[in-house]
Amino acid sequence: MIEIEHLTRRYGPRAVVDDVSLTVQQGEIVALVGTSGSGKTTLLRMINRLIEPSSGRVRIGGTDTATLPPHQLRRRIGYAIQGHGLFPHRSVAQNIATVPRLLGWDRARIEARVDELLDLFQLPPAEFRNRRPQELSGGQQQRVGVARALAARPELLLMDEPFGALDPVIRAQAQQDLRRIQRELGTTLLLVTHDMTEAMFLAHRIAVMDHGRLLQCAPAREILTRPASPLVQALAGETARPFHLLSLSQVADLAQPGHAEGPPITPDTSLRDALAQCLWSGRDALPVKGGGVVTLAALRRAAAGAVPR
Amino acid sequence: MKAAPRISRQGALFALIGLAGLALPLVQLRPNRIVPGEPLSLPAALGWPGWALALLLAAALLALLPARLPARAGLALAWPGALLSVLALGWAGAALIAPDAPLARVSPAAGFWLLLLAFALAAADALARLAPPLAWRWGLLLGTVLAGAAILSSGVLGDISVMREYQSRHDVFWREAGRHLLLAFGSLGLALALGLPLGVLVHQAPRLRGAVLGALNAVQTVPSLAMFGIMIPLFGWIAANVPGAAAAGVAGIGAFPALVALFLYSLLPVVSNMAVGLASVPQPVAEAAAGLGMTRAQRLWRVELPLALPVVLAAVRIVLVQNIGLTVIAGLIGGGGFGAFVFQGLNQTAMDLVLLGALPTIALALVAGVALGLLTAQAGPAPLERTAPA
Repeated sequence: MIEIEHLTRRYGPRAVVDDVSLTVQQGEIVALVGTSGSGKTTLLRMINRLIEPSSGRVRIGGTDTATLPPHQLRRRIGYAIQGHGLFPHRSVAQNIATVPRLLGWDRARIEARVDELLDLFQLPPAEFRNRRPQELSGGQQQRVGVARALAARPELLLMDEPFGALDPVIRAQAQQDLRRIQRELGTTLLLVTHDMTEAMFLAHRIAVMDHGRLLQCAPAREILTRPASPLVQALAGETARPFHLLSLSQVADLAQPGHAEGPPITPDTSLRDALAQCLWSGRDALPVKGGGVVTLAALRRAAAGAVPR
Repeated sequence: MKAAPRISRQGALFALIGLAGLALPLVQLRPNRIVPGEPLSLPAALGWPGWALALLLAAALLALLPARLPARAGLALAWPGALLSVLALGWAGAALIAPDAPLARVSPAAGFWLLLLAFALAAADALARLAPPLAWRWGLLLGTVLAGAAILSSGVLGDISVMREYQSRHDVFWREAGRHLLLAFGSLGLALALGLPLGVLVHQAPRLRGAVLGALNAVQTVPSLAMFGIMIPLFGWIAANVPGAAAAGVAGIGAFPALVALFLYSLLPVVSNMAVGLASVPQPVAEAAAGLGMTRAQRLWRVELPLALPVVLAAVRIVLVQNIGLTVIAGLIGGGGFGAFVFQGLNQTAMDLVLLGALPTIALALVAGVALGLLTAQAGPAPLERTAPA
C-alpha cells in the first residue's frame, strides 16, 4: 500500500504539485492523467525521490520513504519510462539484471530470474539474452524496459508514459501484456499517461490532475458518469464518453437469453467492439458464443450510462 | 546518356603525382653534407637498370587509372610500388657514393617524396574502399611498421644521407627517441590523470564549465614557441627561489618545462571531450540509471563513462598526435627529443640532420594516429549513433 500525504513540490513560488493526497492499495493500478504541466510526472518522480518533495510524505508499506537513502528506496521500486532508457552498452540480459546485481544477488539466481522474465514477456531467452538493445524492435525494447523494472520483484512499479513511443498496434498489445503480467504478479502500479483510453483500459482508478492539484481519483465509470468538475469532464473526453463507457464492460456483462442470426462473438469482447459489429453488419442483436444474445438496445442503454449487471 | 568515366579521378591524381615524381630528380648528390648538390633522376643515378625501374614504376602508376580497378588490386599495386620506390632510393645511394669520396652525400629529393606520396595515397584510398575488418587493419598497421623496420635495419638505405647521420649518432638517436616518447606519453598521462576528473567535474557542476574551459582555451591559444619560452623564466625563477624545487627537478630549461607545456596543451581536448562525452549520454539512459537505484558513483562508472569512452579516446588520439609533433619544439629549450636534431640541423644548415629529427616524428605521429583510430573503432561508435532507432 502506498500512502501519499499532502505531497507538494514548489519551484520558487510556483507549486508544480500542490498538496496531493492519495492512497493506492496493494495490487491496484492507478493511472495519473492530466494535461502537460499538470504535475503528474513530478508526482510520480517524487515517489522514488528522483525529485525531492518540498513538503508532505510518502509511505510505502508503512515505511516513510524519506527515511531511506534514495538509491536504496529506488531499488525497491520498479521504474519504466518512455523511450525505455535501456543501456546501449549492455546486453538484454545485463540490462534486466541491473537491479538484482545492485542488490548483490548471486549469479545463478540472477540468470534464472532473467530467463523467467524473458519468458514472461514472450522473448525467448536463448534468442534474446545476448542481444544488444539497439538490435531489438521498438516493442521489444519497451518489453525489456518493463522486464528490467520488474527484475527484483518490486512491490511497486512506476511507469511514465511507458507506451508513448509505440505505434498503435504494438501499443495495444503492450497494454494487454502489461495487464496480464500485473495480474500474474500482483504488483501495485502507478502509471502516468495522457491517453484516456489507455487509462480506462488499464487502471482500476484514474487520478485526474490539473495545475498540480488532484481533481478526482475514482474508477473510470465514476469519472465518466459523475465527474467532480467540468474540467474532469473535459479531460475525460465529452464526445467519446459513450464509447469509453462501453469499453469498460464486456459482452458477458450484458448478455441476455434469446436468439440472433450471424457469426457469434466471444463473451470477453468489449461492448464497444460489440456496438461496432452491430453497426457495421446492420444487425439489432449479436449471438454470444456459448448462448444468449447482446442487443443493440441494451448497448445503447449501457452507452448512456446504465450500469450492466 | 552519359558514358561512365573509364578513368577514376583519384587514380588520375595518384598517377599524375607519381609520374611527376619520376620526372623530377630522385636524389641529390653532394660532395659533403652542407654544400648544395647535383640533382639526379632515377635513370641518371642507376643507368639502364634505372630506366627499367622507372618504367616499372610508371606502369604501376598507370595501372591505378581504370575506374573499375578493384580495391584489392589497388592495394596490390600501391604497396609494392612504395616498397620499390624506397629500394630505388637505396640502390641509387649505393651506386652514387664512390669509395674514395667518403664525405659525399646522397639525399632523397623531390622526386622520391612525390613517388612515395603517390603510392601512399593510393594505398590509403584502396584501404578506405576495402574497409577491411578491424583485425585486418591491425595486421596491416603492424605489417607496415615491421616492413619499415626491416628496410631500415637491412642496410639497403645505408648510403642515404639521413641514415649516415643516424650511423654517426645512433646512441644519441635512441636516447632522444626515448626522451621524445617520454615527453609525449608522459604529458598525455598527466593530462589524463588530471583532465578526466576535471571533465567529470565540469559535467557535474555546469557552473564551473565556462571558467575551466575558458581558461584552458586561453592556454590553447598561446603559440607553442611562446609557451615553451614562457616556461624558461617562470620555472627558472621557481627553481631559484622555492626551496627544494630545484632538487625535485624543477628547472627553467630541460625536460621539466617541456613536459609542463605539453601537459597544458593537452588539457583542453581531454577535459572538453570528457565533458562532451558525458553530456552525450542520452537523457532516458541517465534517468533510468538513477531511477533503478544506482548511486552517483555507480552511474558514472557503469553507465556514463563506458558510453563516453569513444569520445574520450578521440581526445587521446588528438592529444597524442599533437604532442608527438609539439615535442619537437621541446628541443629548443633543451628538453631533448627528436627536436634536438631538428634545431641542431637548422643551426648547422644540415638538412639531413633536420630530417633525422623530422622523419621519425612524422612516422611516430602517423602510427599513433592510426593505432588510436583503430582503438576508437573497437570501443564502438559514439553513443548518439548507437541509440539510433533500430
